[in-house]
Amino acid sequence: MIHVFAFYLFAVLTIASGAITILARNPVHSVLWLILAFFNAAGLMVLVGAEFIAMLLVIVYVGAVAVLFLFVVMMLDIDFAELRAGFVKNFPLGMLVALVLLAEIVLGIGAYRAGALDLGTPDGMAAAAPGVSNIAAIGALLYGRYLFLFEASGLVLLVAMIGAIVLTHRQRGDTRGQIISKQNARRPDEATINMKPEVGKGMTL
Amino acid sequence: MIGIEHYVVVSSILFVLGVLGIFLNRKNIIVILMAIELILLAVNINLVAFSAFLGDLTGQIFAMFVLTVAAGEAAVGLAILVIYFRSRGTIAVDDANRMKG
Repeated sequence: MIHVFAFYLFAVLTIASGAITILARNPVHSVLWLILAFFNAAGLMVLVGAEFIAMLLVIVYVGAVAVLFLFVVMMLDIDFAELRAGFVKNFPLGMLVALVLLAEIVLGIGAYRAGALDLGTPDGMAAAAPGVSNIAAIGALLYGRYLFLFEASGLVLLVAMIGAIVLTHRQRGDTRGQIISKQNARRPDEATINMKPEVGKGMTL
Repeated sequence: MIGIEHYVVVSSILFVLGVLGIFLNRKNIIVILMAIELILLAVNINLVAFSAFLGDLTGQIFAMFVLTVAAGEAAVGLAILVIYFRSRGTIAVDDANRMKG
């Protein structure tokens, strides 16, 4: 009973906050509603027993991606009212496409329920062993069977990081950087002078 | 009882909301990127739900890879957005035709 109640709570909140994400006037509000959608989706995943993915969703999305969005939205000085100009004009076409897409997906689900689609059965290679926690089973699978894919996803993140740095890095003209060759070519006799000023008199360099 | 169909319906509604968000906010590329995140979230819910109901953990592994690619895509997309804003002073994407031949 509590399971059904929790499912409907999370599902309704996920869909509602997703809808407000795309309809909100202020992109900062959009980001905040997106965060709520991610939290509720994580709740949905906990309900089916996928705790690790749920926690990953909260950490990666809410902790990193959503904060990145917030940074960019607040850093850029943009007139958002001007960007909403085509909203009403695009509304009928967008609704039409969305309804057609939704109808197609619901028809697909209907076909699946009626037994017209055969999804196949899993081969049991990746089934969780009884008594093993979700994270232990995922770890065994990820560091065993999918080790090379795991390494490849690390490379994807590395390339994304380098790409973002290269794209946004800019050379400032007004900073005084270190010129190593000039530094090495400097000798003591041209850098220092030895003077003997008289007592009580100053000196000019 | 909650079955796989409930999860598939939720994720398909979220997917359609993401597509609708791209249509409605055609000019605002930040909201378009957020709509893409919603679409990927719908895909992840679908993968995790099928993984749990079929008793096969591969779906959850794949959801992790989707998460990885989504994070990289958001980082690179926002970096491109920042340099676009620096050079043009706006982020309206419908006049982004500089590379038109």
